[in-house]
Amino acid sequence: MANPLKVSEANDSRITPLMRRRLTNFRKNKRGFWSLWIFLLLFLVSLFAEFIANDRPIVIWFKSDLYFPIFEFYSETDFGGDFEAEADYADVHVQKLIEANGWMIWPPVRYSYDSHITDLASPAPSPPSTRNWLGTDDQARDVFSRMIYGFRISILFGLALTIFSSLIGIAVGAIQGYFGGLIDLVGQRVIEVWVGLPMLYMLIILASVVQPNFWWLLGLMLLFSWPGLVGVVRAEFLRGRNFEYVKAARALGQSNRVIIMQHVMPNAMVATLTFLPFITSGSVITLTSLDFLGFGLPPGSPSLGELLKQGKDNLFAPWLGITAFIVISVMLSLLVFIGEAVRDAFDPRKG
Amino acid sequence: MPLILEKVNSVCQKTLLDVRNLAVSFRSLDGDIQAVKGVSFVVNNGETVALVGESGSGKSVIALSILQLLSYATAYHPTGSIKFKSEELLGADIDTLGRVRGNRISMIFQEPMTALNPLHTIEKQIAESLILHKDYPRNKLRKRVIELLEEVGIQNADQRLGAFPHELSGGQRQRVMIAMALANEPDLLIADEPTTALDVTLQAQILELLKNLQRKFGMALLFITHDLGVVEKIADRVCVMEKGSIVESGETKKVFSNPAQVYTRKLLNAEPKGSKSAVDITAPVLLESKEIKVWFPIKKGLLRQVVDYVRAVDGMNIKIHEGETVGIVGESGSGKTTLGMALLKLQNSDGILRFDGKDLQKLTANGMRPFRRQMQVVFQDPFGSLSPRMTVGQIVEEGLCIHKIGENKRERDDLVVNVLEEVGIQSVHRNRYPHEFSGGQRQRIAIARALVLRPRFIVLDEPTSALDRSVQAQIVDLLRTLQVRYKLSYLFISHDLKIVKALADRVIVMRHGKLVEEGNSSSIFEAPRDPYTRELIMAAFHNRTSSGI
Repeated sequence: MANPLKVSEANDSRITPLMRRRLTNFRKNKRGFWSLWIFLLLFLVSLFAEFIANDRPIVIWFKSDLYFPIFEFYSETDFGGDFEAEADYADVHVQKLIEANGWMIWPPVRYSYDSHITDLASPAPSPPSTRNWLGTDDQARDVFSRMIYGFRISILFGLALTIFSSLIGIAVGAIQGYFGGLIDLVGQRVIEVWVGLPMLYMLIILASVVQPNFWWLLGLMLLFSWPGLVGVVRAEFLRGRNFEYVKAARALGQSNRVIIMQHVMPNAMVATLTFLPFITSGSVITLTSLDFLGFGLPPGSPSLGELLKQGKDNLFAPWLGITAFIVISVMLSLLVFIGEAVRDAFDPRKG
Repeated sequence: MPLILEKVNSVCQKTLLDVRNLAVSFRSLDGDIQAVKGVSFVVNNGETVALVGESGSGKSVIALSILQLLSYATAYHPTGSIKFKSEELLGADIDTLGRVRGNRISMIFQEPMTALNPLHTIEKQIAESLILHKDYPRNKLRKRVIELLEEVGIQNADQRLGAFPHELSGGQRQRVMIAMALANEPDLLIADEPTTALDVTLQAQILELLKNLQRKFGMALLFITHDLGVVEKIADRVCVMEKGSIVESGETKKVFSNPAQVYTRKLLNAEPKGSKSAVDITAPVLLESKEIKVWFPIKKGLLRQVVDYVRAVDGMNIKIHEGETVGIVGESGSGKTTLGMALLKLQNSDGILRFDGKDLQKLTANGMRPFRRQMQVVFQDPFGSLSPRMTVGQIVEEGLCIHKIGENKRERDDLVVNVLEEVGIQSVHRNRYPHEFSGGQRQRIAIARALVLRPRFIVLDEPTSALDRSVQAQIVDLLRTLQVRYKLSYLFISHDLKIVKALADRVIVMRHGKLVEEGNSSSIFEAPRDPYTRELIMAAFHNRTSSGI
C-alpha cells in the first residue's frame, strides 16, 4: 500500500498538481486519514511483538556480560544451572541464579504466544487478571500476547497476499487488455472457469492434503485471489491502448513492453490502488475464516481465527470471543476506512 | 420626460433576456478563477444573438449560468443579474427555475451523444419535458412527439419513436435534441456550439433547420460558437468575447465589415489563407499504395461466423511524392483516419504498400523500426496525444531513445531543445507536464515529437480540428515552413476543407472507404466534378446545403 503522506512532506518537484489534489482529498477524509495513522501505529507496534510480549527477558546482565535471549540461545548452564537445555527464564530457580550475579529487563508482558502458564489461580481458560490482562485461553496461554502476534501475522499475510495477487493480476490484466483479441478471449474464459471454483472448499481440500504453513497458505490462496484485479486492469488497458499517445508511441517504434509499462500502466494504477485496501481486508478475512474452521495455520500458531474458535468452544469464557471480535472488527474497519479515503483521493469528481 | 419613459417601456417589452454585469468565478485550491468578468448583453424577442470567442473565453459558462446549471459547489456569481421577462434568474429558487428550464428557455448542447440518455428511447426523452411542464394528456402525447420529430426533419418519424440514441446518426441525434428543446415552444433557445461535433454537410443542415424553426416559432436564439462563418450566416447581433469579457458587440454586418477592436480583427483574419503551389510531379514517389484494403469482419451467431465486412478502406491507390502534401477529405466514417493508420502500418491492411521503393507489408515489428523513424504521425486531440505523466522533454526524447539517436543524454537533450525552439515552444519549459500548455502549444509539442526524428513523411490526422481558428492558422503556417525546410511529405487528413485548401497540393475525396474524386487542389476546389465533392465544398465555404434554403 502506498503511503502518500511521506511523499508530500518531501515536497518533491515531481509532484504534479493532480497528485497534490489527491493528497488534499485524502486528508480531507478525516476518518480515513486518522485510520491510516492508527493502522500504521498498530502495525509498527505489532512488528516489535517480541519486545512487548515474550517469555524471555530482553536483556540480561550476568557476571559482567550482556545476554540477549530474544535473539540467541543460552543454556541453563550458561547461568550456572544444571541442564544443557535452553534456560527457562520463567522458572523461579533460573531467575534467582541470574539475579544473584546481575539483573534482567523483561518485556511488559512476560508471556509469549506459545508459553503455557503452569501456575494459574483458576483452571484455564482463566478470566482477565492483573497478570493476564485479557485472561488465558483453554490451553493456558496469555490471550493478550496471542492477540498481538495474531494481529501481526494477519496483517503480514494480508499484505503479502495483496502484493503477490496484485502483481499477477495486473500482469494478466495488462496482457489481456493490451493485446485483446484471442488472448483476451481465451484468458477471460479461463478466468471465468477458475473463479467459478468454490474457493473455500478448494482450500479446505488442499489444506487437508498438505500440512499448511504460512507460505503454503499464501500460495494456495494466491491461486484463487489473483483474478480479483484482472477485470479492472484489463478494462483500463482496453481503454488505454486506444489513447492517441499510445498510438503515437507505436508510431515511434516503441516496443510493446515499454508501452505497457510506461504509457498505459500509470492509468491502470489509479483503479488498482483504490482496490488494494479492500483486497487486503478480504485476504485477512479469508485467513481468519480458514483458521476458524481449523484448516489454516498449523496448530499453536497465534491466530485471530483460532481465538475466535476458542471463543465459540468456550462460551463460558466471554473474554476469548470478545477479544477476537474487537480486534478483527477494528482491523477490518481501519482497512475499509483507509480504502474509502484512497477512493476519495482518486475520485476525479471531487474538486 | 414622457417620451423617454415611453421609449424605456417599449424596450422593456421587447427585451426577453437581460444579462447585466454578470460575473462567474470558480473556487479552486490556488485561488479563485474568474471565468466571466462583468458581462452585459440583451436578447430581444425573436432575434438571434451570437456569443463568439475562442475556447476558454467564458461563452459556455454564461450559457450555463442563465439556466443556473453550473456546478454551484465550486462556482459562484460575485456580481450580476440575469432577468428573463423581468424575472430574476440568478439565485432563483428551484420552483422558478423548474418553470423556466426546458419550458420557456431551452438549451441544446454540443455533443448530442452524451446529452441524450443512452438507455431511453427518443420518444420517452422528448415526451418527458411535455409531461413535466404541460402535464400533456397521455393519449395525445405520441402524436405530438411525431409532430415534433417531423418538424426537425426526421424521416419516418412514427417508425423511429422506439429508437435508442445509439441507433441514430450524429445529425439525427442533434435533431432529436432540438426536438426536445422545442417541445414546449420556448421563448428562448440557447444553442451551445450545436454544430461543432458534426460534419460540414450536417452543420449546414442543422443551421438551416434552426433558422427555419426560429422563424416558424418566433423564438429568440442565443447562439454560442467559435465559428465566425456560422455567426455571419445566422446572427442578427454578435458579442465578441475575450477572456471573460465582451470586447465588442453590435449588428453582425457592421461588426464583420468594420471591426472596431484588434481582437475582433484578429479573429476575422484567422481564417487559414493561401494555398500551396503544386510540386514537381517528377519528384520521386516516397509512399505508394495499391488496392489497399482494411476490412473489419462482422461476426454473427453462436459460432461467430463472419457474415460480412465493414469496408473501412476499400481499395485505395495512393502515391505521395517527396515534398508533396496530399489532403484527404471526407465526412466522419469515410475511412480517412483508418487509411492513414494503414499507410503507417499501425493498422493491418491488405494490398501493396511501398515506402521508398521497399515493401512494408511483410515486415515484422522489428523490421518496421527503421521505417518508423522516417514516417511519423500527429494526431487530432492535443490533449489525448501526449502522455499526461511524462514531461514534455521526456515525450520528445522518447523517440530518440528508441532509435538510439544521440550519443548520450546531453546530446539528446540538445536535440530536444532545438526541436522545441523550432516549433515555437520555449525550451526552458521542457520539464513541464503537458497539462500546463494550451491546446495549440500541445499540438506544437506533438509536432516536435514527430519532427525530432527527422522523418520524411508525416501523417497529419486532423491536427487542427480541436484548435481555435486563430491557432489553426498558426499551426498551418508552422507546418508549411517545416515542409519547405525539411522537404517533408504530408498526408493531411481533415474534414475542414478550408485548411486542406490552404495546405494541400493534391486532394483526395473519400466516401465510404472509396475514392470519390482526386485531383490537384485548385481543380478540386474550383471545378469539382463529383456531386458529393460539390456538396462538401458548398457546405464548407458557404454553410449551405446544395439544395439551398
